[in-house]
Amino acid sequence: MMQTDNNTQHTNPIHRPLVQYILHLADTALILGHRNSEWCGHGPVLEQDIAISNIALDMVGQARMLYQYAAEIVNTTNVGTAATEDTLAYLRDATAFKNLLLAEQQNGDWAVTILRQFFCSTWQYYVYTQLAECKDARLTEIAAKALKEVTYHIKWSAEWVIRLGDGTEESHQRLVQALELLWPFTGEMFIPVAYEKEGIAEGWAAHIQSLQQPWLQKITEIFQEACITVPERQWQQTGGKTGIHTELLGFLLAEMQFLQRAYPDSEW
Amino acid sequence: MANLTNEEVFQDKVDQEIRIEPKDWMPEAYRQTLIRQISQHAHSEIIGMLPEGNWITRAPSLKRKAILLAKVQDEAGHGLYLYSAAETLGITRDQMYEQLHSGQAKYSSIFNYPTLTWADVGAIGWLVDGAAIMNQVPLCRNSYGPYARAMVRVCKEESFHQRQGFEILLTLSRGTEAQRNMAQDAINRWWWPSIMMFGPGDEASPHTAQSMRWKIKRFTNDELRQKFVDICAEQVKILGFTLPDEELKWNDASGHYDFGAIDWTEFNNVIRGNGPCNKQRLDARRKAWNDGAWVREAAMAHTEKRKNRMAAAEAAA
Amino acid sequence: MNTRDIEQSWPLWEVFIRSKQGLDHKHVGSLHAADAHMAIENARDVYTRRMEGVSIWVVESQHIHASNPDDAGSLYDPANDKVYRHPTFYNLPDELTHM
Repeated sequence: MMQTDNNTQHTNPIHRPLVQYILHLADTALILGHRNSEWCGHGPVLEQDIAISNIALDMVGQARMLYQYAAEIVNTTNVGTAATEDTLAYLRDATAFKNLLLAEQQNGDWAVTILRQFFCSTWQYYVYTQLAECKDARLTEIAAKALKEVTYHIKWSAEWVIRLGDGTEESHQRLVQALELLWPFTGEMFIPVAYEKEGIAEGWAAHIQSLQQPWLQKITEIFQEACITVPERQWQQTGGKTGIHTELLGFLLAEMQFLQRAYPDSEW
Repeated sequence: MANLTNEEVFQDKVDQEIRIEPKDWMPEAYRQTLIRQISQHAHSEIIGMLPEGNWITRAPSLKRKAILLAKVQDEAGHGLYLYSAAETLGITRDQMYEQLHSGQAKYSSIFNYPTLTWADVGAIGWLVDGAAIMNQVPLCRNSYGPYARAMVRVCKEESFHQRQGFEILLTLSRGTEAQRNMAQDAINRWWWPSIMMFGPGDEASPHTAQSMRWKIKRFTNDELRQKFVDICAEQVKILGFTLPDEELKWNDASGHYDFGAIDWTEFNNVIRGNGPCNKQRLDARRKAWNDGAWVREAAMAHTEKRKNRMAAAEAAA
Repeated sequence: MNTRDIEQSWPLWEVFIRSKQGLDHKHVGSLHAADAHMAIENARDVYTRRMEGVSIWVVESQHIHASNPDDAGSLYDPANDKVYRHPTFYNLPDELTHM
C-alpha cells in the first residue's frame, strides 16, 4: 500500500510518513526560529529586538517538541544509535531537511522578515488548528500549545505589515519588494507531497489544500489595510518539503551544525 | 526642619535610606552622576548582547540555543529597564544612543573582547555575569528609586545567567580533551578582563567617596573585586580548571586570596578604544540603529495617519 | 538634527501590570512604542517574559499628572496622625488569629 523507493525505507523508521511529516513541521519551525534569532542584538528598536527574539524562542520551542516526538517514534523501532532532538536537528544534511523554502529565506530588511513571519504564522495557524483535532494524540497536544503562540505571532506580524504598508512611501516600497521576493515561495505551503497525502488519508496531517482559501483570505484582509495588492498566482517554487532547497539552507546549516559536526559524539 | 537647605534635606533622606524619587529635589551633580552611571550600565547591557549573540546561531544543541537566546534577550530587557530609569532624570533614550554612537559614552570594556569559541559563552556567564552580579546586587539598595527598582528586576532575572555559564563550563570539563582545552583557554582569556570590570583600584577612583555618600555605590571597587576573586578561586576547583594567575593563593592572615597585579595599561587601552572589538561593537550598534530608522519612521507615520483618520471621522459625525 | 530624527522617536509609555487576578495593577516601568497597541504588545514582551502578568495597562507618559513632592506635606501628613487606619494600631491578644 505504501509506495517505496528502496528497501532502506522499510527498515529505517525515519522514512515513515508520520515521521517525515513531523520533521517537515519541526524543520520549518527551527529554520524560521534560527533566522529570527539572527536579529537578536540588531533589531530596529530595543522593544522590537525583544519581540522578534520572543518569536524565535517560541519557534525553537515548537521545533523541540516536534523533534522529541519524532525521535521517540524513530527509537521505538530503530536498532542503531538513539535519535534525539539534537541528532535530528544537527546531524541531518540539507537534503534531509523538509522545511518550507519560505522559512530559509534570508532576513533581508525588516519588511522581508515581517512578511515572511506573517505568511508562515498564518500558515502555521491553520495547520495547527486542524492538527489540534487530528487523530494523532501527541500531535494534537503539540498543536494546541503551539496554536496559542502562533495566534500572537500573526497579530504581531499583521500589525507590522499594516504599519509598513500604510506608513511612509519608503516603507511601502520596501514591503512591495519583500512581497515580490517572497510570494513565489508561498505556493508550496498548499501542495501536498507524498507523506502529507498519506497523513491526510489517515487523518494525522492537515488537509492543506483546503487551507489555501482561508490563508489567502487572511492575507487579503491584512493587505487591504496595508494598501498592498495580493499578487496573481504565478509560478511557484517547490521542493523544500522533499529536501530540494534553495542554496541558502546549506550555509545556514553549516553555521548551525558546526560544533556538532566538528566535535562528534560530544556532550554540550 | 526649618532653615535646612535643599541639599541638607536631600542628604538627610539619603542617610535615612529614604529613596529619592524623580520629582524630588536633588543636587545637579547627583543627577548628572546618575545619568552617566545608569546610561553606561544600559549601554553595557546592549553592547553586551553582541559577543554572546555571536554564538546564538552556532549553539551546539537546541537546549543551549534556547537558553542563550533567552539570556541575550534578557540583556536587551535589562538595557531597556535601565534606559527607562535614566529617562526619569530628564534625558531621552535617543540622546543616550547618540552619546553611545558618537563614542562619547562609555560602556563596560569587557565587551570589547572577542568570543572565539563556544566555551567563551560559558566563561562570560560564569565570570562576566558573576562580576556583574557582584556589582549589581548592592545597587538594588541605591538611593535613587527608579534605578533601585530597575536593578531589583535585573538581579532577579540575572540569577540564571551565571548558572547557565557555569553549567556550560562544567559540561565541557567532563567532556573530551578538546572540550577541556577549549574551556581552560576561555577562562584564561576572560579572567583578567573580568576582574578589571570592578574598575580602577580605590586609590585611583576619585569619585568613590562622593558616590558612597550618595549611596549610588555601596562598596568600593577593591572590596567587590576581592569578594569576587575569593568566590571564583573556590568555584574553579569544582570545574577542575585553573585561573591564570600564579600569585593567586590563600592568605590565612587576611582571610582572603592574594592575587597578582592587574595590568591597568591594558584596561586603559581598551577603554580608549583600542580593544580587539571596540570598532566592531560600535559599528554593529550604529548599523542596527541606522538600518532601523525607516522602520521607526514608518511606525510613527502610520500612527499619525490613523489619528488623522479618526479625527476626520469624528469631525464628519 | 534633521526632521527624520524627530519623526522616528517613539513616545514613552508607562506600564502597569496586574500580576494575578485580585491584585491591583502596579507600575513596573516604561517603554517606547509608536501606538497603544504596540505599547501593550511591547509590555507583554518586555515585562512579562516570565509570566508576571495577567493584565496590562499602558498610558502615554505625557498624560500622567503627578503631584508635586513639595506639596507632600499638605497631601499626606494629615493621614500620618490617623494611625487608627493602620491595623497595627490595635493591641489584640496573640491567640486571636485569622484577622
